[in-house]
Amino acid sequence: MGSATPLLEIRDLHASAGGVEIIKGLNLTVNPGEVHAIMGPNGSGKSTLANVLSGRPSVEVTAGSVRYQGSDLLALTPEQRAVEGVFLASQYPVEIPGVANSYFMKAALNAARKQRGEDPLDGMDFLAFAREKMKLVEFDEKLLHRSLNEGFSGGEKKRNEILQMAILEPKLAILDETDSGLDIDALRIVANGVSSLRSPERATIMITHYQRLLDYVVPDLVHVLADGRIVTSGGAELAHELEQKGYAWLQSEAAAP
Amino acid sequence: MAESSDAMLGRLAEREYEHGFVTDIDADSLPPGLDENTVRVISAKKNEPEWLLEWRLKGLKRFFELLDEGTEPTWAKVDYPKIDFQDIVYYSAPKQTPTLDSLDQVDPELLATYEKLGISLTEQKRLHGIAVDAVFDSVSVATTFKDELEKQGIIFCSFSEAVQRCPELVRKYLGSVVSQSDNFYAALNAAVFTDGSFAYIPKGTHCPMELSTYFRINAANTGQFERTLLVADEGSYVSYLEGCTAPMRDENQLHAAVVELVALDDAEIKYSTVQNWYPGDKNGVGGIYNFVTKRGSCRGARSKISWTQVETGSAITWKYPSCLLQGDDSVGEFYSVAMTTNRQQADTGTKMIHIGKNTKSTIISKGISAGNAEQSYRGLVRIQPSATGARNYSQCDSLLLGDKCGAHTFPYLEVKNSSSTVEHEATTSTIGEDQLFYCRQRGLSEEDAISMIVNGFCKEVLRELPMEFAVEAQALLGLSLEGSVG
Repeated sequence: MGSATPLLEIRDLHASAGGVEIIKGLNLTVNPGEVHAIMGPNGSGKSTLANVLSGRPSVEVTAGSVRYQGSDLLALTPEQRAVEGVFLASQYPVEIPGVANSYFMKAALNAARKQRGEDPLDGMDFLAFAREKMKLVEFDEKLLHRSLNEGFSGGEKKRNEILQMAILEPKLAILDETDSGLDIDALRIVANGVSSLRSPERATIMITHYQRLLDYVVPDLVHVLADGRIVTSGGAELAHELEQKGYAWLQSEAAAP
Repeated sequence: MAESSDAMLGRLAEREYEHGFVTDIDADSLPPGLDENTVRVISAKKNEPEWLLEWRLKGLKRFFELLDEGTEPTWAKVDYPKIDFQDIVYYSAPKQTPTLDSLDQVDPELLATYEKLGISLTEQKRLHGIAVDAVFDSVSVATTFKDELEKQGIIFCSFSEAVQRCPELVRKYLGSVVSQSDNFYAALNAAVFTDGSFAYIPKGTHCPMELSTYFRINAANTGQFERTLLVADEGSYVSYLEGCTAPMRDENQLHAAVVELVALDDAEIKYSTVQNWYPGDKNGVGGIYNFVTKRGSCRGARSKISWTQVETGSAITWKYPSCLLQGDDSVGEFYSVAMTTNRQQADTGTKMIHIGKNTKSTIISKGISAGNAEQSYRGLVRIQPSATGARNYSQCDSLLLGDKCGAHTFPYLEVKNSSSTVEHEATTSTIGEDQLFYCRQRGLSEEDAISMIVNGFCKEVLRELPMEFAVEAQALLGLSLEGSVG
């Protein structure tokens, strides 16, 4: 693991939603520069993990610790985590009628810039900045001027998440099943977005049910989540193994003490 | 961990009211109570002609009839203790020289009051291009830019002054849209109205600046009964704004105003309101009862009247700015944002009465409720048999913040001409935990997120407001939900 501080360090995490324990003793270390894939069957706790890391109020952490850049992540509000560089690409991006996509992104970017001690960008500067990023994810500028996600197709919503990620340049990006429901073209675009952020300072956690995204973005580490715990970890080849064998064989391992 | 969004919304809903100060000023007031003598005294104080006194007395007679019949309106979905109409002061005016030649003669306390509210009565703020008539308690205290407007033949002054200056215009149009016997509160207003604004835009004149009236209730126990009359002659245009605030007081105060608009052939009136009367405290103590009759008559062919309102104040609001679409091809519009928090109640909407051929109306109503507030949209669209080819589009959206507030929609559609088209759409939504979390995950605070979502919800209405007012309204909507986070 080296002597550098991990970007993210999760120790014996337990978390519940609606009074039901879903994460049951999870350990995970993510170092700067790494791309991790977290795979697992439905209900194994993948999205709950994403919600814990981003601070969704409906999820309750009952035990364990999460350190981010060496500090207690759980003590921060969702907005504090965001401006500290934690980004969640949502599985179900919400619609906000009447709020222009560009206005929303500019507000988000300026919140992060304020935290970094930088001056806010005005409308013109923001647009110039956003145009560069839009090229990267082949984003239609028309969508930038529409209400946030309102009337967007499923693919457009996901692409909008990736555009926001590209604009905000997070230190820790968490993609919660961003690939589900996407066609090959969209998948390639999402992969471009993730790859463009790959750098020695940043890290990405891709949560996915399927292996196919990992053909485009090759992860450094693959973890398999079952019944609230990581039951096995490995290199990119583990994903291929899962694709062939399915998840059924994991259930017995998860049940073991 | 973050608190639940319910607790947060609850806290945000308990907003502060920033205009709640009282100005200490000498006032000339009548004792509480209402009878024929009250009306005669008010009329005499204003040196009114006989016909106007007679007109008032007819209103008073009608009011007492309605009171005796027990026909005080109760159909609105609002709840309040019975008003004792003998317990109200019907006239209160700041003591000062009776006619003002210049602002130097205005009591400095009054000027300071308006400055404090962000309304400058000194004409130095020429860049703003807004002429202001300031109504303090029952009387107009100052009107700005009068001379400049007069050069174009535009009359903009207090109602009392108009009665002296152009009695024939007042007589011709007063009560022609809202008569003395129109309804309970309109009858009361006809009897005891003390002042208000009057504007006349001559033929073919495009009024070069926004006209505005700023209403301030100050005295305790005093009802405010102003009457506004705007007449846009053929081919003219005017944009008119009104704003209102009041001190924080523990008792409820009655505000029963009447606004009449008349648009002749090809004339257009744009009437915008930002209403921020004192809403009462979080337990529902105090606040203004805002029982107002506003109606415009599109009397001429191709005339247009547009009502835009942002309502965040008052303990109870009861108002239905309406359009009588009499002229062929005339157009009526109603754009409304009503926000109720704590224990505020609002029953508001519009009436579009289609009489002329090919008349068109648009209704966009946005209601926002938070805390324990109750809000109703009540709207009537009536297509008369004569209104061939009439069209209406109505859209009523409600946004609920928290789970203790309510929103209700009562659309009334009366269609008596089969060639017409009437459309009505209604939605109710909440600010979901998902929306809030999404915004916060992008680095926005809870308050910024709510303010952004609310402003987005109201966008179709806010964009109808004149620029300066839109900024004020947007700030007000944010402010109204502001809590003490952080």
